[in-house]
Amino acid sequence: MKPIIRVEGLGKQYRIGAGRPSYATLRDALAGAARAPWRVLAGGGEEETVWALRDVSFDVRPGETVGIIGRNGAGKSTLLKILSRITEPTEGRAELWGRVASMLEVGTGFHPELTGRENVYLNGAILGMTRREIDKRFDEIVAFSEVERFINTPVKRYSSGMYLRLAFAVAAHLEPEILIVDEVLAVGDAAFQKKCLGKMGDVAGRGRTVLFVSHNMQAIRQLCSRAVLLRGGTVTADGPASEVTELYLRDVPRASSIADVGSVVRKLPPDPSFRLKEIELTQDGEAAERVLSGRPLEIAIRYEVLELTKGLRVYFDLCDSEGTVLFRSFHDERADGVTVMEPGEYASRAVIAADTLAPVFYELRVHAGIYNERMCTPAEGVAIPLAVEATGRTNSAYLADSFRGKLAPAIPWSVERDSHGG
Amino acid sequence: MGETAAKTARPARTEEHPPPPAFEPPREPLVIIEPTRRRVSLGLRDLWAYRELLYFLVWRDVKVRYKQTAFGVLWVVAQPLLTTLIFTLVLGMLVKIPTEGAPYPLLVFSGLLPWTFFSGAVATSGNSLVGNSHLITKVYFPRMIIPVAAVGARLVDFLVAFVVFAGLMLYYGQPLTWRLAALPLLVLLVTALALGVGMWASALNVRYRDVGVAVPVLMQLWMFASPVVYPLNLVPENWRAVYALNPAVGIIAGFRTALLGGEFDLTALAVSVVVTLVVLVLAAYSFRRMEKFFADLV
Repeated sequence: MKPIIRVEGLGKQYRIGAGRPSYATLRDALAGAARAPWRVLAGGGEEETVWALRDVSFDVRPGETVGIIGRNGAGKSTLLKILSRITEPTEGRAELWGRVASMLEVGTGFHPELTGRENVYLNGAILGMTRREIDKRFDEIVAFSEVERFINTPVKRYSSGMYLRLAFAVAAHLEPEILIVDEVLAVGDAAFQKKCLGKMGDVAGRGRTVLFVSHNMQAIRQLCSRAVLLRGGTVTADGPASEVTELYLRDVPRASSIADVGSVVRKLPPDPSFRLKEIELTQDGEAAERVLSGRPLEIAIRYEVLELTKGLRVYFDLCDSEGTVLFRSFHDERADGVTVMEPGEYASRAVIAADTLAPVFYELRVHAGIYNERMCTPAEGVAIPLAVEATGRTNSAYLADSFRGKLAPAIPWSVERDSHGG
Repeated sequence: MGETAAKTARPARTEEHPPPPAFEPPREPLVIIEPTRRRVSLGLRDLWAYRELLYFLVWRDVKVRYKQTAFGVLWVVAQPLLTTLIFTLVLGMLVKIPTEGAPYPLLVFSGLLPWTFFSGAVATSGNSLVGNSHLITKVYFPRMIIPVAAVGARLVDFLVAFVVFAGLMLYYGQPLTWRLAALPLLVLLVTALALGVGMWASALNVRYRDVGVAVPVLMQLWMFASPVVYPLNLVPENWRAVYALNPAVGIIAGFRTALLGGEFDLTALAVSVVVTLVVLVLAAYSFRRMEKFFADLV
C-alpha cells in the first residue's frame, strides 16, 4: 500500500551560540558589523551547531498508529515540529498525502478572557478547523468536555481540570487524515487520561493515521501497532510496538551515563538564584559507574545559591525505566519550617541504603525549585541513568530467576517452626 | 521501503495489523516539507486557505480589548480627542499654524485619524509575532496571518474614530463633499502601508528584540515628518519633492482633502501609492524569507 507519510533523510541543525540567547539585539548586530564587517559579509561567525535530527527515514501507511519514543533530547519533538510544519528541516524531505492536524499541546491559543464557547471556536480555527466544522461538532465537543454549565463563562474562572478537558475536547474532534500528537496525555487526572486514551484509540480505530509521542510505554503499547525509537537524532529501531518499547526500556543511552552528568549540568539554562555545579554518585567513597545493589549509594549534589533564597528545595526522584516516580526525597524533609539559604556554595548529600535498589534500570532525576515560585532546573530535572547490578543479599541458589518488582528493600524475615503444628 | 528498512536496527515490520483501507491517498502529496530554496513565493494561496483563522484572530483581539478594559470604546474615542486637544492648545493657539480656513481642531483630527490608526497598527503588528510565540511554536499556519490580524483589529478602532470625527464635523458645521468618495481608497492605502511596515517590523523583532523598543520612537519622528498636525503647504515648495517620498504624506494629505475639502495633491498621492506597494511587496518577501527561523528564535 502507498504510504501516507514518507520521510526521507530528514535532518535539522540548530545553531547554539556559546551561552548566548537565541535572539540578539539589533544593537549588538550593528556593533558586531561595525567591528568586523567582513564576518557579516561572509555570512556569520564562529557559530556552534548541533544536529537535533539526522538522516531520519521511515514510511507510514494509512491507518497505522505509530509511536515515536526516545529519551529527552533524542529528537522526537523536533521530528514532530518538522512534520507539523512549525519549523523547517535543514536537509531531507517529507511528503504527506493527507490533511495534517497536530496536537503538540492542549489549549494552544486559549485566551483566559474569552468564554468557553469563544475559545472552542478560536482554538478550533487555530488547529485548522473551519467554522462550519466547529458548528457541526460543537455540541459533541462540549459534551465530551463535561463543562456544559460553564460554556459561557470566561475560561479564566475554570478549574485547571475543566480547562484541560475543554481544550482536549476541541483537539480530539479534529478530523484530519493524519494526526500528530505530542505528550498531551501527561496532563490531567487519571480518569481524564483514561478518557483521552479511549478517544485516541477511537481515532486510530477509524482508520486515521496517528503519530504519537509519549514517555508512557504503557500507552504506546496500548495504542500503537508500531514504534520508532530515536536516539541522538537518528532512528535506531523501527518495528512492532511491543518489541521496540522493550528495546527502549533496556536501552541506557551513553549520552547520559553517570560519567556524562557533568556535561549535562554545565549546559543547564541559568537561573537567577541557583546554580547546579555537580552531582556525584559514589559507593564506598568511589565514583559509581555501575551501581551495586548491595552497597549504599551516596548522592552528593553541589550547588551555588546566588542570592538570599527562601524555600529552596533540592530533591531527587527515583524513577523506573518507564518514568514512573518510585519515590521523591527532599534535602530539607527532616527540617522544620521553610528554610532560608544565604548566598554561597552548598552540598546536599543523601544516601540510598544498601539493599534498596533492585537489579533493574532506574533514572535518578535531580531537581531544585523554590517553593510556590518556580523550578530552578528543567521540568524533567537532571536525569541520570542507573543500571544496577545485583550484589545484595540474595539466595544464590535462585540467581537464575528473573527479578520481579521495582525496588528490593532488605526485608527482615524470620522462619520458625510453628510449635503447635505437625 | 527497502532502503528505509536497511537503516534500522530492527527492520521487522509488523504485518499483523493490516490497516483498514478507510482513506485513499491522493496521487500527489498534499504537503511537501523540505528546506526552502532561495526563491520564496508569497504563499498567497495558503493565506487564502487560512482566511477563517485570520477572521478569528482579529475577532479575538477586538473582543479581548473591548472586554478587558471597561473603558474599551471610551479609550479609542478619547485618545485622538485628547491628542487633538493638546495640539490645538499648543500649535493652534500658541504657535497659530495657518489652517486654510478649516478650524484647527478639525485639521489636526483629520490628520490624527489616519495617523493614530497607522502608528497603532504598526506598533501592535510589530510586536505581534513575539506576543503570539506560543502559537508559532505549537501550530502551523501561514505566519503572515499574525501581523495581518493585528492590523485588522486596529481597523475596528479606526472605524470608531471615524464616528467621532463625523460628530466633530457636524459640530463645526463642516460641509460634506464628493471628495468623501476617495475615503475607501485612502483607507486601503493606509492599511497597505501599515501592513508593509508592521509585517517587516514584526519579523525583525523576532530576531532583534530591541526593534520593539525602537519602533515607537521612530514612529514619533515619522509623525513630525508627515503633515499630521500641520497642513501640507507649510512645507517649503522646493522641499516638497523630497518630502513627498514619505508615503504617509500623500495619504494624510489625501485624508484631509477628502474630509475637509480642497484640491487633491495627485502627485503626492501617486508617489504614496507606488512607495506603499514597493514597501508592501518587499516586506512580504523578506517576511517569507525570515519566516523559517521564527519557531526556532521566538
